[in-house]
Amino acid sequence: MSETTRAGAAAPSPVRNPVVEALKEALMAGLLAATLASFILGVKTVDAPGGLQLEYRWHWVLIAFGVVAVGRFLLRLLWWRRDAALPGAAAAIGRSAGQLAQPLGKFAGPALLAAAFLLPFMPFIGRYEMDIAILVLTYVLLGWGLNVVVGYAGLLDLGYVAFYAVGAYAYALLATHFGLGFWTVLPLAGILAAIWGMILGFPVLRLRGDYLAIVTLAFGEIIRVVLLNWQEVTGGPDGISGIPRPTFFGLEFKRFGENTFHQFFGIEFSPMHRLYFLYFIILVLALITYMVTNRLRRLPVGRAWEAMREDEIACRSLGINPTNTKLTAFAIGAFFGGLGGSFFATRQGFISPESFTFIESAIILAIVVLGGLGSQIGVAIAAIVMIGGFEVFRGLEEYRMLLFGLLMVVIMVWRPRGLVSHRMPTIFLGKERKAVSAEMVGEGSG
Amino acid sequence: MEYFLQQLINGLTLGSIYGLIAIGYTMVYGIIGMINFAHGDIFMIGAFVSLIVFLIVIGLGVTWIPLVLLIVLLVAMLVTSAYGWTVERLAYRPLRGSFRLAPLITAIGMSIFLQNYVQIAQGARVKSLPPVITGGYTLMEVDGFTVQISNIQIIIMIVTVVLMAIFAYIIARTPLGRAQRATEQDAVMASLLGINVDRTISLTFVIGAALASVAGLMFVLYYGVIDFYIGFIAGIKAFTAAVLGGIGSLPGAMLGGLIIGLIETFWSAYFSIEYKDVAAFSILAIVLIFLPSGLLGKPSVEKV
Repeated sequence: MSETTRAGAAAPSPVRNPVVEALKEALMAGLLAATLASFILGVKTVDAPGGLQLEYRWHWVLIAFGVVAVGRFLLRLLWWRRDAALPGAAAAIGRSAGQLAQPLGKFAGPALLAAAFLLPFMPFIGRYEMDIAILVLTYVLLGWGLNVVVGYAGLLDLGYVAFYAVGAYAYALLATHFGLGFWTVLPLAGILAAIWGMILGFPVLRLRGDYLAIVTLAFGEIIRVVLLNWQEVTGGPDGISGIPRPTFFGLEFKRFGENTFHQFFGIEFSPMHRLYFLYFIILVLALITYMVTNRLRRLPVGRAWEAMREDEIACRSLGINPTNTKLTAFAIGAFFGGLGGSFFATRQGFISPESFTFIESAIILAIVVLGGLGSQIGVAIAAIVMIGGFEVFRGLEEYRMLLFGLLMVVIMVWRPRGLVSHRMPTIFLGKERKAVSAEMVGEGSG
Repeated sequence: MEYFLQQLINGLTLGSIYGLIAIGYTMVYGIIGMINFAHGDIFMIGAFVSLIVFLIVIGLGVTWIPLVLLIVLLVAMLVTSAYGWTVERLAYRPLRGSFRLAPLITAIGMSIFLQNYVQIAQGARVKSLPPVITGGYTLMEVDGFTVQISNIQIIIMIVTVVLMAIFAYIIARTPLGRAQRATEQDAVMASLLGINVDRTISLTFVIGAALASVAGLMFVLYYGVIDFYIGFIAGIKAFTAAVLGGIGSLPGAMLGGLIIGLIETFWSAYFSIEYKDVAAFSILAIVLIFLPSGLLGKPSVEKV
C-alpha cells in the first residue's frame, strides 16, 4: 500500500492530530503496563527471619511504563498509521509467504533429509551439538506421531506425554527386570502404548473436541501421579536408573568389555560412536514414522481421518464408523509416542516422572500446531526452531522458559495457520494438481 | 460421623475456591469457545498480588484486619483484572476468527510465560504467611473428637455465595449480561445488533480474572503458602470442575467445583492423599462417559 492511499483513507477525520492521538494511546498503554508491573515487578517478597519482608523496586514500574509508552508511541506513529490496514496487510504478507513456501516445499524435504544424514560428519559438530540434534529428532518423531491424532484426525490430545511415558517405562522395566534388549522391546513398547491408547480412547472418543482434550490431559496427569507413587514398580520420584544402552547387532558401545563395537571393527574407541549410533537410530525411527504416517494418510483409513476432521456427520451418513476411525488414529499416534519413549529411555539411561509432565505434551502439541497442522515438513521445521532455539538460549538460564512462552505466542499470532500453511491434498480431481491453503481446512472440532 | 462432617466442611471450602476459578473458565469457554489455559496462572497472580498488597498495607500501619482485607481485595481485583485484560488483548484477540487450536497454543504459551515471569520476579521459593484470621467455632464434640469450622472457612463460603449471587444478577439482569449471552449465542448477529463484541469479550476476561483474584486471596488466607506453580494445579482442577459441571454453564461450574473439592478431600481423608488427583480425574472421566456434556451442560445438537 502506498503512502498516498493511506493518507487518503485517513482523510475523513482531519481534526485529529496523529501525534496527540498517539500520545494519548501511549499514556494509556504505559499506565496499563505500570499497573501490571506494580506489585509483581515493583515489590519483591524476600524471606527473612520473622516472616516475609518486602523489597521495593519501584524503578521497575517506571521502566515498564517508559518502555511500553515509548514503544507504543513510536509504533503508533511510524507503523500503525491506520489500524484497519494492519490485518489486511498482515494477511497479504502471510499469503505471499505461503505462495513462496509452495515451490520451496518441493526442495525443503529432500534438502532437510540430506542435511540430516550429513550432519554428524560436519566438522563443527561436537558432542553437545549431537545431543541437541538427537533431542530435536526425538521431538520430530513425537511431532509426527501426534500429527496423526491432531493434524489428520483433528482430535485434540493434551496428554500425549502419557504414551511417551508408557513407552519409556515399558523399556526401562522390561530391560532392567527381564534383561530384554532395546531392539526387542522397541516394537513391544510401541504396541503397549497403542493398547493404552485404545483403552483410554474407547470410552472417551465419543466426546466432543474439548471434552476429549480435558480427559486426555487428565489421563496424562493420572499416569504421572501413578508413576510417582507406585514406588515398588516405578521407583517413584527416584525413577529407574541403569537402563541398558542399545547395541549394534549385539555389539556394545563401551570402552572395555568383550563384545564391543570398536574391537569388532578394529578402530579406536571414541565416546562419539555411541552418539552417532543413537543419532542414526532416531533418524531412522523418525523416517519410518514419516513414511508410515504419510502412507496411512493416503489409505482409506487416512482419508477417513481427514474426512472425519472436516465433517463428522457427513462421515457417519456415508457409513464410516467414527469410533473405529478415531480409535485407529489414537492408537497409531500412541504407538509412535511409545517408540519415542523407549528411545528416550535408552538415550538417557535414567528416567523419572519429572520428564513426563504436562509441559512436554504442551511442547509437542505446540510443535504440531506451529508447524501447520497436518504438514509434516512444517512439523520438522517447527521442532528445529522450538527445540533448537530452546537449546541455543541455554545461556539465558531462567529467562529461557519465559522466552519460550513468548515465542509460542508470537509465532502463533504472526502465523495462526502454522509455519507451512499449504499442503497437497491426497487425491486430485482431474489433472490439475494444486496445493490447498490451510485456511480451507476445517477446524476438526472432533 | 464427626470425621465425615469435618471433612465435609473442609471439602466445601476447597470446592468454593475451585468454583470461583472454574467460573472464569466456563465463561470464557461459553463466549468464545476456547480453553483459557492461562486462567490458572491469572489466579496465581491474584494470589501473589494479594500477598504483597497485604504485606504493604500491614507495613503501612493499618491493623484493623477487615479494612486491610477490603483494600487487598480491591487492589488485587484491579491488578489481576488488568492481567486478564492484557492477556486477552495480546494473545487471543489477534487470533479471533482463526481456527480453534491457535488461541489454545497462545494460551499455553501465556501460561508458561506468566509462570516464569512470576518465578523470576518473585523467586522460586515458597512464600508463606502466618494465619491472619484465626479462631472458629466448635460445632460438635463427641468422644473427644471435635468438629470445627474456622472463621476463615466461614468467610470463604460466604464470600463465594455473595459473589455468585452478584454474578448471577449481572448475567441475568444487566445490559452487560445480556450482551454476553447474546455474544455467546451468535457473535456476528450480536455485533449487527450494535453490541460491541470485542468489548464484551474483554469484560468477560476481566470478570473472570477478578473472580480468580478473589480465589487467590482466599487461597493465601486459607493455606498461607503459595508459589509460582499453584496456578497450574488449581487451573487443571478448576477446568476439570468446569467440564464436570458442563462447560458453559455457570451453576455447573460452581457445582463442579464443589464436587471436585469434596472428592479430593474425602479421598485424602479416607483413602490415600497421593491418589487424590487420580480420584478427581477418574470421576470426571466416568461422568463424561455417561453424561457427555457434563452434569448441567446443555447437550449440543449439531444440525446439518
